[in-house]
Amino acid sequence: MPEDKIRVLMSKPGLDGHDRGAKVITRALRDAGMEVIYTGLRYTPEMIVEAAVQEDVDVIGLSILSGAHMSLVPRVLQLLKEARLDKIIVFVGGIIPDEDIPELKKSGVSAVYGPGTSTQTVVKDVRELVGSPSA
Amino acid sequence: MTLKNNTEALRSGDRIALAKTISQIEDQTEEGRQVLSALFPYTGQAHMIGITGSPGTGKSTLTARLAREFRNPSVDIQPQRVGILAVDPTSPFSGGAVLGDRVRMRDLAGDEGVYIRSMASRGALGGLSAATDSVAALLDAVGYDVILIETVGAGQDDVEIVRLAHTTIVVAAPDQGDDIQAIKAGILEIADILVLNKADLPGVDRAERALCSALELAGTHRTFNDGSGHHREQAIELHDSRPGWRPPLIKTIALSGEGTVELHQSIAAHRQYLVDGKLWDAKNAARLTSMLEKQLREHLYQNWQNRVDQKAYKRALKSVLSYRVSPYQAAIDLLKQPE
Ligand SMILES: Nc1nc2c(ncn2[C@@H]2O[C@H](COP(=O)(O)OP(=O)(O)OP(=O)(O)O)[C@@H](O)[C@H]2O)c(=O)[nH]1
Ligand SMILES: [Mg+2]
Repeated sequence: MPEDKIRVLMSKPGLDGHDRGAKVITRALRDAGMEVIYTGLRYTPEMIVEAAVQEDVDVIGLSILSGAHMSLVPRVLQLLKEARLDKIIVFVGGIIPDEDIPELKKSGVSAVYGPGTSTQTVVKDVRELVGSPSA
Repeated sequence: MTLKNNTEALRSGDRIALAKTISQIEDQTEEGRQVLSALFPYTGQAHMIGITGSPGTGKSTLTARLAREFRNPSVDIQPQRVGILAVDPTSPFSGGAVLGDRVRMRDLAGDEGVYIRSMASRGALGGLSAATDSVAALLDAVGYDVILIETVGAGQDDVEIVRLAHTTIVVAAPDQGDDIQAIKAGILEIADILVLNKADLPGVDRAERALCSALELAGTHRTFNDGSGHHREQAIELHDSRPGWRPPLIKTIALSGEGTVELHQSIAAHRQYLVDGKLWDAKNAARLTSMLEKQLREHLYQNWQNRVDQKAYKRALKSVLSYRVSPYQAAIDLLKQPE
C-alpha cells in the first residue's frame, strides 16, 4: 500500500537547553500523521542540513530560544540553497522579536511562531505549505 | 531523472539521490522498484548487523559507538563505510511517528562515510518496516560495507531482524529489572552476541549472572528437550542452525565507549565464523529466497485481484457473511473461477 508521508526534521540549533517547545510541536505533528525526526539539542546549521539531506524531509522546524536566530536561521537557509534543497520548507518557533520576523521571512523562512501559538496552527500551516511548496 | 541517470548518481555516491530513492522505496513506488532491480547485481556485499533489545537499553548510543569503531578501527584494518537504519514505531492511531534515534548519533555528524536514516515501522510487525530489507539492499548496492539496523525495540516481538541480519546483537541493561527475565524466555535465542550495556549502573553483576545462566541454558537446550515447550523447540532449531558458535556476553558502557572495541572484535569473529562455515552464503540465500517468495505472494494476489469477477467476489463474500460458506471454501471456489 503506497503512501506519501510528510516528513519533518525538528531541531534545536544553538546552545540553550530547553527543548519542551520542540517536543510539544514534535508530538503535535506526529499526532497529525507526520513522521517527525527529532534531533535533540545543540545541532549546528551544518548538522541540520546534513540530517535533512539524509532523511529526505519536506519540512524543517527550528526551535530557538537563545536569541541567536538571526545568525543560525539564515545560515541554515543558505546551506540548503547550496545543497539545492531550497524546496524544503523552514519554520521557526521560539522567542523571536517582532522586528526580526520580516528579515527572517526574507531569508526564506515560511512561518514564525511565538510562545503562545497553538499546535493546531502549526499543523495546519505545515499541511498547507507542503501542499503548495511554492507558496 | 531517468533511471540510468539515477542509478549512476547513486553509484557515484550522490546523497540526495540516495535519500530520495530511499523515500521511493519506503513509499513502494514503481521507480523505487526499478532502481532496486537495476542495482541488484551490486548487492550481497555488506555485513548486515541487527541491534535489538528492549526500549531504552542504549541501542542507539551503542550503534553510534559501533559506527565510530567501524570508521576508525583500533586494529589495523581499513575503515568501513557505515549505513545506519533506525526503525521506530508508527502510531497505529495517527499513522505518524516520532523518530528519535538520531539524538544519540550526533557525534557521527560530518562524516561522509556514514549515512543515517530514520524509518517508521508503518504498521509492520516484528520490529522493522516492510521496506527495511530493500533499503538495506540499496545501501549495500551503493557501497556501504556495514549496515547497522536498530529495530523498534518492543521486546520479544523483534524477530524479523534475524531474517535480514547476518549478525544479531541483543542489548540488555541492568536497569531493565524484570525485563531481564523476559529476555531469558524469548529474545535470547536470536542473539548471536549478547550485550549488557550500562555496565556503570548498580545491579550489573546480578544482571550478568542472570544473563550468563540464561545463555548456558540456551546452549544446553538440546540435552533436556522433551518436545513439550514451544520456546524450547524454537531455541533448538536456531541453535542447530549455528553449530560451533556460543553467543558471547559483552559488557559495555555506551556512554563512555567502554567495551566497544570488544564488541567490534566479537562482530568480526562472528562474521569469520559465518564465512568459514559457509553460513554467510546460506544466510544470504535464505534472505533472498524469502524476498522472492514475498514478491510472488504480492504479485499473485495482485494478479488475482485484477482479473477476479467482482460480482462473483461479492457473492462469495455475502455467502461467508451469512455463514453459508466458510472463508476456507469460499477462497478455494474463488480461485477456481474461470479466467
Ligand atoms: N548510565 C548509562 N546510561 C546509558 C548508557 N548507554 C545509554 N545510556 C542512556 O540510556 C538512555 C537511552 O539510550 P538510547 O541509546 O536512546 O536507548 P535505545 O535503546 O536506543 O532507546 P529506544 O530507541 O527508545 O528504545 C539515554 O538516556 C542514554 O544516555 C550507558 O552505558 N550507561
Ligand atoms: Mg534508539
